[in-house]
Amino acid sequence: MEDLILYHRLQFAFTISFHYLFPQLTMGLSALIVWFKWRYIRTGDELYNRSSLFWAKIFAVNFVLGVVTGIPMEFQFGTNWAKFSELTGNIIGQTLAMEGMFSFFLESTFLGLFLFAEKKLSPKMHFLMAFLVFAGTQASGLFIIATHSWMQHPVGYEILENGTFVLKNFSALFANSWLWPSYLHNQMASMVTSAFVMSGVGAFYMLNKNNSDFAKLFLKTGVVTGLVSSTLVIVPFGDMLAQQVARHQPITLSAMEGLFKTQEGAPMVLIGQPNMHTRTIDNKIELPYALSLLTYKRWNAHVKGLDAYDEADWPTNVPALYYAYHIMVGLGTIFLALMGLATYFLRKKRLFEKERLLWALLLAVPFPYIANLAGWYTAELGRQPWLVYGLLRTVDGVSATVSAGNTLFTLLGFIGLYFLLGVFFLLLVGKIIKEGPARHSG
Amino acid sequence: MEIFWSIVLVFMLTMFILLDGADMGAGIIHLFVAKNEDEKQRIIRAIGPFWDGNEVWLIAAGGVMFFAFPTLYASAFSGFYLPLIMVLWLLIFRAIGLEFRNLVANNLWKTAWDKAFGWASLLLTVFLGAALGNVVRGVNLGMVANGEAQHEAIYFFNPLWNDNFSPLNDHPGILDWFTVILSLVAAVTLTIHGAHWIIFKTQSSLNQRLKKLVVRLNGVLALLVILSLFAWLVVRPDALDNYYQHPWLWIFPLLMLLALGVMFRVPALKKDWQPFAVSSLFIISAFGSTAGALFPNLLPSRNNHFPSLTIYNASADAYGLEVGLIWWLIALVLVAAYFFYVHKIFAGKMDDVEYH
Repeated sequence: MEDLILYHRLQFAFTISFHYLFPQLTMGLSALIVWFKWRYIRTGDELYNRSSLFWAKIFAVNFVLGVVTGIPMEFQFGTNWAKFSELTGNIIGQTLAMEGMFSFFLESTFLGLFLFAEKKLSPKMHFLMAFLVFAGTQASGLFIIATHSWMQHPVGYEILENGTFVLKNFSALFANSWLWPSYLHNQMASMVTSAFVMSGVGAFYMLNKNNSDFAKLFLKTGVVTGLVSSTLVIVPFGDMLAQQVARHQPITLSAMEGLFKTQEGAPMVLIGQPNMHTRTIDNKIELPYALSLLTYKRWNAHVKGLDAYDEADWPTNVPALYYAYHIMVGLGTIFLALMGLATYFLRKKRLFEKERLLWALLLAVPFPYIANLAGWYTAELGRQPWLVYGLLRTVDGVSATVSAGNTLFTLLGFIGLYFLLGVFFLLLVGKIIKEGPARHSG
Repeated sequence: MEIFWSIVLVFMLTMFILLDGADMGAGIIHLFVAKNEDEKQRIIRAIGPFWDGNEVWLIAAGGVMFFAFPTLYASAFSGFYLPLIMVLWLLIFRAIGLEFRNLVANNLWKTAWDKAFGWASLLLTVFLGAALGNVVRGVNLGMVANGEAQHEAIYFFNPLWNDNFSPLNDHPGILDWFTVILSLVAAVTLTIHGAHWIIFKTQSSLNQRLKKLVVRLNGVLALLVILSLFAWLVVRPDALDNYYQHPWLWIFPLLMLLALGVMFRVPALKKDWQPFAVSSLFIISAFGSTAGALFPNLLPSRNNHFPSLTIYNASADAYGLEVGLIWWLIALVLVAAYFFYVHKIFAGKMDDVEYH
């Protein structure tokens, strides 16, 4: 049984992690494409139109990979987590089916039109197509996070005698207090990724001394969007989400922060390694009183540590959860500093000459991806050992008829296939960037 | 309510096969019939803007099955684990083959992705046929062996095949001689349907060759259909019970035969949309015939220990189904609007649509 759970969990974790490399860019990037298209309509400047078409090309490659790696996600609820699907399908099936009906049709239809029908449509209609693609990606995120939020903080349900969850209040799914902080936090985080990718490509052209008009536009757009989104992702949205965790999953919060002992005036650990034998943090550097202050807004508030809870309810892997959370927060802080600095020099009109800063922006591109995944690991590892928080344990949701050997087989298949996809993805995006936006005239 | 949702499910799956099935068929034609870059490019233009939206019907149908019939979703998806994961892999190859081929102007690159696109399309039709075969034939619910259930009543796991390749085995596999016949039916049907889409949406010398080809393929299809009907009665002797009770159901097989007959006359049809309409009628009536024979079963049991999964015992609680009705209908109106808009913009022949 342990092998079985392990492989089923690994397969889901692997496929969802790989999948989420793509939507986190497309959700934010579609907004920036809409912005360029809008500027083109207002100013008639071909620079904006070419920029929108250039990014649309990168968007399209990401979108295709997002689609093809996304279908396995919906299927895996049934294939690998059949008991969970049987028990909760009446509820989470709603939001997942709504995603298909309301957002996938929208984004796929209008992306086809945006990419293929530019000549057949007026600039305004073409702008509308871009906007509808953007709307589709945002709706998709909303339905997924509504599903996710129900698993974190179940609402509007009733449990029948046989263990089945049935829906009692549809609107509660969208009024869930967990949903909006999560959704806004996540959408801002995806904006951070897009901003870094855009400024990174701008920095690349700048350092390479080609496409300099585009480089300036991308840097300007990326850096400003980057500063705004790196701020909003922390305050207010990250903080709002942390309040939800503190309120509904206090054990998770203790584990995220690495707080083993219940105490007043709890410190916040900045760096250190959780030691599960001694139940302490090794080599720690901490900020006194900070955890009490940030969580309860009082210096000496009483914060429960892991010792206050039954060990069976602790997150399954405390160190992994702790690291995921600290990596996200640490990177988020660095993003804010980097984009703050870049915006400062942009205002001073010196950004384009600051080679070291441009190098930093270029090399920073992978890190928002890491931060986004670390954020999701925090949410998912934090929910363990539950599938539906406090109500249905992960071990009770798995497909019992699908053996460990069969799952390992498909997991290996996914790893091989996705490795191949990753190689071709990098190759193609690299080629598009190398060719540059100038070639993609309307 | 259960009847409504079962009709929705069949409707959405039919839409998927009608629309994306044509894309798969086009992939098969692309692999075996298209001779040069010009013909290949025309085929790709004819499906380029649509395939993704067409594939959404499958995802959306999966979603509807998930919330309206969660028991069926859990049972079938875990029971058909291996073929479903392989379908996912094939969908990946099909999509990236199609989308990546034109991104690099190199012959080796194009040839490699063309093969990926074509073979994935062909294998997808084979898997879809086998899937239909498995549902019609039924499975060993609860994995009953020697009169004892090894799992809960709704769960099972089908191997890819069993030792004697027979549908009458206690533990039938995904592939047996019955499901293989249906695989062939699906592959030939969708090849014809894809050819009809190409005839409808493009204009080149390829179309004349395709018109001749579909007549020959249609002969094969007619033989396969007759063979599959007899096989069906061997595998499920109760297949015609619904038809005896509700004789109006015979309209579906009759329409199917009519469509099959007309398809022999494809070269004589004046308008280029007509062949596609005829093969669409064939597919719709084939689905209607199958649903008519299965009703109210969703997944028949092949043992006496556990009952079949039906639209009644596999459906979700009433409240969820009622709310679903409201949003689903709203969404359907929107989807229909997008559909008409995209097909209005790309109305007629698509040979000179520009790829970005």
